[in-house]
Amino acid sequence: MLKQQLIALKTIVRVEIFRFLRVWMQSLMPPVVTIVLYFLVFGHFIGPHLQIQSGLTYMQFIVPGLVMMAVVMNSYNNAAFAFFMTRFQRSIEEMLVSPMDFHILLLGFSLASITRGLLTGVIVTLVSFLFTHELPQHIGILFLSAILAAILFSLLGFLNGIFAKKFDDISTVPTFILTPLIYLGGVFYSIQQLPHVWQIASYFNPITYLVSLFRYGFVGLQTINLFYGVIILIIINVLLYSANMFLLKRGVGIRT
Amino acid sequence: MLALEIKDLKKTYKTGFEALKGIDLSVEHGDFFALLGPNGAGKSTTIGIVTTLVNKTSGSVKIYGHDLDVEPKKAKALLGIVPQEVNVSVFSKVYDVVYNQAGFYGVDSQTARQQTEKLLKAMDLWEKRGVTLRQLSGGMKRRLMIARALVHQPKFLILDEPTAGVDIELRRSMWEFLQEVNRQGTTIILTTHYLEEAEQLCNKIAIIDQGKIIENTDKKTLLSQLNVETMLLDLQQPLSTLPDLSPYKAKLIEATVIEVEILKEQNINPLFEKLSQHHIQITSLRNKTNRLEELFIRLVNKTG
Repeated sequence: MLKQQLIALKTIVRVEIFRFLRVWMQSLMPPVVTIVLYFLVFGHFIGPHLQIQSGLTYMQFIVPGLVMMAVVMNSYNNAAFAFFMTRFQRSIEEMLVSPMDFHILLLGFSLASITRGLLTGVIVTLVSFLFTHELPQHIGILFLSAILAAILFSLLGFLNGIFAKKFDDISTVPTFILTPLIYLGGVFYSIQQLPHVWQIASYFNPITYLVSLFRYGFVGLQTINLFYGVIILIIINVLLYSANMFLLKRGVGIRT
Repeated sequence: MLALEIKDLKKTYKTGFEALKGIDLSVEHGDFFALLGPNGAGKSTTIGIVTTLVNKTSGSVKIYGHDLDVEPKKAKALLGIVPQEVNVSVFSKVYDVVYNQAGFYGVDSQTARQQTEKLLKAMDLWEKRGVTLRQLSGGMKRRLMIARALVHQPKFLILDEPTAGVDIELRRSMWEFLQEVNRQGTTIILTTHYLEEAEQLCNKIAIIDQGKIIENTDKKTLLSQLNVETMLLDLQQPLSTLPDLSPYKAKLIEATVIEVEILKEQNINPLFEKLSQHHIQITSLRNKTNRLEELFIRLVNKTG
């Protein structure tokens, strides 16, 4: 039975990865163009006039945050859109009538979204070398934080895909929740430069941990306790996975 | 051996609508079984629960002895489903629809490729394997759904209105294919609005109405319940009035067509003698509706 489940997993991942690669101009390129504009405007044009306390140039400071932003947005959007479309077109029924386990269903969509998030992250990182020539300093933490981010936002996107009833519902969350969290998560500024109250508020934002960990991996700037940061992200991922499984088993959004 | 065993199955939707009021149904291995009923009778809800797309309120469903609540994976592995509506992404290619479904059922890639080719050829879709779903006609989509349902070689096939919107010629070729699938040992349960289809294909028939099974027997027994058949007689010459044909209940529905109700125990020869006495020439004789349809209408009207 395990072999059959693994074949099912491979099938979902293949179908979903092929789906976004087939339309790579719409799926992979727009975030790269957006991030390149951020590099140009904030890093190249405005950056030289800005002061960051850590001794880094502003370009060096924002590159990790912008790469993380690409990973987060793409993992989330892929999972939310893919699962909602599968429900909307009722092709989810192809999977639901099969003996596929719900864990496989969730893992399949998540792995494809993680792949898209990381692939976009890699492309943006490669493009960033046009603007700064810093090589990553702590590869292990860099990969760990990127993977944790991709998992977290794939699971969050999937959750959105479960609850969404119309197309508006999958753009509402990124617009009104995700984008503010990213902008307030220390992508463009150091949390330490904020007033105390805002610093405390930032620690309730998971993106703060992701950006801080990733920035440490990239340029060696440590602003949070790395161990606690990783543990908090793992706990959030476990909770999100459990929430998705609970809803799938209850049939929320997939059965009447 | 029972392919499907449903016991006291109930379903009440969130709106309060009671779709199933405790149905019992058994389908033997090898049966070609028809589940008939008017719109909203509970057919699709029953199929939905068996295929796990609808949550039941209470009751039990077993597929080849595997309880859907206890061993859902074993039960579902035996099941193939042709849905009422095409439930595939319109951007999918024909080949991928069938091949991927095999993957969802855990079929290895070599077998999946062989099965996909075999079924697409059988459904006359092999030449279309590279086109997307939106480029297919309605009939092609229906055939694709059948190919997809069979790719993992299920023991039990559920067909929910499989020939809806399909022209007569294609419908008949699909019937032949499904009869062959059944002969090779696949149990089939069919819901349809074409009662001719059920009469032609199925050996057992259940009729569901208002969430209850009102009839469940083999086709011969069911049809033997039909006490009256309505026949239409086409005349060579038009008539202005109909002569007395008693004891037969007859009426002139067109100038050249007589409608006659013939009871099961009645002999038909005296009718022709009477018609001959009145110099009425008959050119053809036919059933007004098919026998199952006549019985279905009578049964459903009785419960309504």
